[in-house]
Amino acid sequence: MELFERLMKLDRRWVFLLLIIVCVWAYASSFSVPILVMPEVQSIYDKVEGLPEGSVVLVAIDYDPNNLAELHPMTYALVEQCWRKKIKTIFTALSMNGPGMCVQAIRDITDSVSRDKEYNGVMYKGREVVNGVDYCFLGYKPYYAIVILGMGQAFNQPYPTDYYGTPLDEVPMMRGIINYDQVDLVVDISGGNITDAWISYGQGRFGFDLALGLTGVMTAQYYPYLGSGQVIGIMGGLLGAAQYEKLTDNPGRAKDGMRVQLPAHLVIILFIIMGNVGFFANKLRLRREGRA
Amino acid sequence: MRRQIPFGLVFIFGIFMVFQFFVPHEKSEWVYEFLLDWIIVIGIFALALGIWSLFKVSVEKIKQGKEGGNYSYITLVGLYMMVAFGFTQQTGEGWGLYFLWIMLCSACIVSLMRLRASTDSGKKRMWALASVGFLVAAVLVAIFDDAWAFFLYTPEGLENSMFEIFFDHIMMPILATMFSLLAFYIASAAYRAFRARNVLASLLLLAALLVMSRFNPVIPGAEYVANASNWLMNVPNLAAQRAIVIGIGLGIVGTALKIILGIERGYMGRG
Repeated sequence: MELFERLMKLDRRWVFLLLIIVCVWAYASSFSVPILVMPEVQSIYDKVEGLPEGSVVLVAIDYDPNNLAELHPMTYALVEQCWRKKIKTIFTALSMNGPGMCVQAIRDITDSVSRDKEYNGVMYKGREVVNGVDYCFLGYKPYYAIVILGMGQAFNQPYPTDYYGTPLDEVPMMRGIINYDQVDLVVDISGGNITDAWISYGQGRFGFDLALGLTGVMTAQYYPYLGSGQVIGIMGGLLGAAQYEKLTDNPGRAKDGMRVQLPAHLVIILFIIMGNVGFFANKLRLRREGRA
Repeated sequence: MRRQIPFGLVFIFGIFMVFQFFVPHEKSEWVYEFLLDWIIVIGIFALALGIWSLFKVSVEKIKQGKEGGNYSYITLVGLYMMVAFGFTQQTGEGWGLYFLWIMLCSACIVSLMRLRASTDSGKKRMWALASVGFLVAAVLVAIFDDAWAFFLYTPEGLENSMFEIFFDHIMMPILATMFSLLAFYIASAAYRAFRARNVLASLLLLAALLVMSRFNPVIPGAEYVANASNWLMNVPNLAAQRAIVIGIGLGIVGTALKIILGIERGYMGRG
C-alpha cells in the first residue's frame, strides 16, 4: 500500500493510541491554557455579580454523571460565587441521577466556602452554609415539563417537601418565596433536552431570567435563544466552564480539563489533515495514471 | 364507542389546555393545577409498568439463553439494591445483619427470575421453594435485627452511606467512563468522515476545524480563528438553528392540532 493510501486508511487503533498518549501526557503536565472569555459567559457572571445579598438563584442540576466532566465545574463555580456573595440558592434535579450530583456538589462547595479565600482581589471570610437557610434542595420529580410548570404556580405544588423531607412551608429560606416571581435568576445546567422545557414552559410562560450551562455538543443548538433574548447567557461545554472559573477566579476541574482538551483537539485536527492530504495525493496520483 | 370516548377526552382537554394558557382566572388555574397533579399520578403507574417490563425482558433473555443473558441478574439485583439502600438506614453504630439481609433479598430475586425462566416443573418447584425460603429468612432478619430499620416515609434512607458509596464510587465512574469513551470514537470518526470530497463537505470540514481550534493558543492567528469561530456560531449557525426551531415549532402545533381534532389517531394503536 502506498504512503498516501496508508494515510487515508490508518487503523483506528493508532488514533486511539495517540489520543490516549496525548491525554495522559497533558494531564500529567503542568502547563496552563490561556482562557478568553466569551460575551455569553460574561453576561451570566455579570448578572450574578449584580445581584444583592439575599437574592434568590434557582440552579437546576439536570445532568447525569455522563456529563460530569463538562457540567460539574460550572455548578461548582456558579454556586460558590452565589454562596460567597450570600445569595440564596434553590436546587432542583429534574434528571434521574441529578440528586446524587447535586448532593455531591453541595457537600464539596459547602466545604470550600467554609474556608477563607480571595476571589478577584476580594477576601471572603469562610462561613458555614446552612441547609434551609442558605439553600434549599427540592430534589427529583419525574416529568420535568410538569414540574417546571408546577413551580410557576407555587414551589410547594410539585414539591410539598424538600429533598430531606422537611415540609417546604417550614424551610426558613422558602418563606416568602412562592414561585418564579421571587427568583432573580434561573440557571439550567443540563446535559439533555430538559433545557427545551425550561425555555418553552418556564421562561416562555413565566418570563424569568434564564441562563444555560450546556454540554459542548448541545451549545450550537441553543444560540437562537440567546439572540432572541430568551436566554441571558450560555456556558458551553468545558470551555464555557473554564471561562466561568476564570471570571470567578476559582480555577478548578474545567481549567485542568482544558489542558487535556486542547491537545486532544490538536490530535484530531492532525488526523483530519493527514486524512485529507492522503485523499488529495491519492486523487492526484489516480488522475495522473488516468484511472480517475 | 370504545374509541370515541378517548377521542372526546383528548379533544376536551386539548382545547381546554390551549384556552387556559390565555385565561389567567383563579378557577382555570385551579383546574390546570389539578390536571398537572393527575399527569404525575398517571406517570407513577408507568413507573410500575416499566419495572415489571424490565423484569419480564430480563427473564426472557435468561429463558432464551441469549448471549449476555446472565447480566440480567446484575441489572435486577442492582435495581433492587439501590431501592433497598434508599429506604433503609442504620439506627446505631454497626450494620448488624444488614448485608445478610441484602444478600437474602438478592438471592430471592435471582430465584424468582430462575422460577419464571424455568420450563421444567421440577425445577420450577425447586426455585419456588428457594425464593420463599430466602424471602422468609429476609423477613426474619428484618424483624429481629435492630441495627438498621426501614424509613419508607422519612428521609433517613437518603443518608444511607451505602447509597452514597454505590452512587459516588460505582455509578458515577461507570457513566463518566462510558461517556468519555466517545472522545476516541469521535476522533476516529472525524478522521474518516471529514474529507473535502466536494464543496459542501469542504465547508463542513472548514467549520469543524475553526470551531475545534477556537481559543487554542497553539494555532497560528488564534485571535482571528476565535473571531471566525464566534462568527460561525453567531451568524450562520444561528440562522440555520432558528429555521429549524421555527420549523419544529410549527410542526408541533400542526401535530397537536391533528391529535386534538382526531385526525391523527396513531396514539390509539391504530392509524
